[in-house]
Amino acid sequence: MSFAPFKTLTSKTLVLGAENIDTDQIIPARFLTTTNRKGLGKLAFNDWRYGDDNSETDHILNTSAAKQCQILVAGHNFGCGSSREHAPWALMDYGFRAVISSEIADIFHANALKNGFLPIVIEAAAHQWLLDHPGEEIVIDLEACEVRLPKNGGTYSFKVDPFSRHCLLQGQDEMDYLLEQDEVITEYEARNV
Amino acid sequence: MTRSLFDKVWDAHVVRAETRERPATLYIDLHLIHEVTTPQAFSLLKERGLKVHRPDLTLATIDHSTPTKINEDGTRPFVSEQAQKQVELLLANAEEHGIQAHGWDSPYRGIIHVMGPELGATQPGMTIVCGDSHTATHGAFGALAFGIGTTQVGHVLATQSLLMRKPKSMCVHVDGELADGVSAKDVILAIIAKIGVGGGTGHVIEYRGSCFENMNMSERMTVCNMSIEAGARAGMIAPDATTVAYFENKPMAPKHLSAAAEQWLSLASDPDCSYDKEVRLNAADIKPMVTYGTHPGMAMPIDGIIPDGDEKALAYMDMQAGAKIAGTKIDTVFIGSCTNSRIEDFRIAAHILKDQSVAKSVTAIFVPGSEQVKAEAEAEGLHEIFMAAGAQWREPGCSMCIGMNGDIGKPGDLIISTSNRNFEGRQGPGVRTVLASPATAAACAIAGVITDARVTPRGLS
Repeated sequence: MSFAPFKTLTSKTLVLGAENIDTDQIIPARFLTTTNRKGLGKLAFNDWRYGDDNSETDHILNTSAAKQCQILVAGHNFGCGSSREHAPWALMDYGFRAVISSEIADIFHANALKNGFLPIVIEAAAHQWLLDHPGEEIVIDLEACEVRLPKNGGTYSFKVDPFSRHCLLQGQDEMDYLLEQDEVITEYEARNV
Repeated sequence: MTRSLFDKVWDAHVVRAETRERPATLYIDLHLIHEVTTPQAFSLLKERGLKVHRPDLTLATIDHSTPTKINEDGTRPFVSEQAQKQVELLLANAEEHGIQAHGWDSPYRGIIHVMGPELGATQPGMTIVCGDSHTATHGAFGALAFGIGTTQVGHVLATQSLLMRKPKSMCVHVDGELADGVSAKDVILAIIAKIGVGGGTGHVIEYRGSCFENMNMSERMTVCNMSIEAGARAGMIAPDATTVAYFENKPMAPKHLSAAAEQWLSLASDPDCSYDKEVRLNAADIKPMVTYGTHPGMAMPIDGIIPDGDEKALAYMDMQAGAKIAGTKIDTVFIGSCTNSRIEDFRIAAHILKDQSVAKSVTAIFVPGSEQVKAEAEAEGLHEIFMAAGAQWREPGCSMCIGMNGDIGKPGDLIISTSNRNFEGRQGPGVRTVLASPATAAACAIAGVITDARVTPRGLS
């Protein structure tokens, strides 16, 4: 499966400033009985967005402005907890294409990259600016590995694994690359397994 | 160059080394699969016309969406048609691809992280993955075991390999002896409270020191299981004589155990090997721990005062900073999950509950981790102690740890849970979770409030 190439993204940000937002918040476990990956956006942050009677709360994620935001800015240690890939699937189906935080949990980080969803860990000063300026239009430039902030907020570089960056820029998933290694994998098996 | 346990296991599985431009290709010895995180991976294989590369190195069971009750007519009360379909799909996918699956009829079916070790499928020195973050459990055997997402489940199904950069290493030393009434669960909660819920991010933890050397395998699994709650994908403990002895009479253990053992014992970290990060705790300082907030790092000694600092979490938990946590009224006790559902956990609970009664206001739900645990507990008569006390003794599965099968609390309920996550809504919308050891959970069931098991008649022995 391939995905849309990710080169430059210009969008307003949506800020969820809480620290340690875990994947049970991003999509509660009771929705994981699904056997496909589509249509999970309506369940993203379900328990924050809907009340006991399933009516919409006044959470920012329910505003029409939020639905225009393709960049999520989140508090420290975003995506901790369960390995469910339903979390990035739900965020992407909601409309996000990138998340920026000062720390992002390992498994969420890996899962996001495999879906063309860019997780950016950025230095504290830029993170604080983003938390303090919700709804500003910013630019993520994956080719330059830069986040450009408006209103003299400055330009900050971020690190991304070169291989993942290549895959995102090309819109390629990793399966073909792994399948091409069939020969070395078979050789390894002959030696070891 | 000196190497750690982690270095040795990693090095032995590198198919293709990592460079600046590309991650390593890492070979996987054992791929554990369950119903929740595999359907989309099998779909991907089908779409691309791919086969499972090594069905013989893949092992399946059903655990998350499975009911823990059986109807009188022998049918199983699934929470939804979708849950039932998910379970049936796992079994169908396993059959189609020639994967060994432990379904309803297997005497080994259980939570995947309980079942793998019981079968002897989990072995020292292996690389083990599963679409499940608590795969870290298997590190107790000196395996490099970690959770992956569904896309990567697809990669492993198709190639038995993963693309990955080598994580950093972290050593958690705990030396000394634990005080009476302090368990492995208390040790790992104390570690997470110290290093923080993201303190292990980007790292593989090795647990070292006499505290872990003195633990049995069940206790080591409890520790490694919760490595992910500190952000570390994996936690490992070097194989020793205790590890080797565990494999006696396990169906999938190596035929020549002593030969295998020689290699396993050589995996221990070299003297003077270095780690990117090191942390030390003194075992004697650790007390029975409970959580008071909404992530596992918010843990405190059970005889302590609730700290301030996170108003949102305390508001959700309806707890007051500055108050004692002991004495807080509870609604439910859950003993189960891949953290604490092995026979040793139920023996402790039975010891405390023998000839006692669960408080009238409390619902106590005990869920064995596997058919093996269930059978062993029943052979020892533990289930009779539980049922005489007024607790429910259920069928094996993940149950109330994640609540996917409908085993959840009511909004506002406070659940004392031997599981691993106290996130908001983890055990049902609005439910408040307090993580604790089996001893603490059993003592709370009797008292109806949060109670230090050490002050109960049999809590210290």
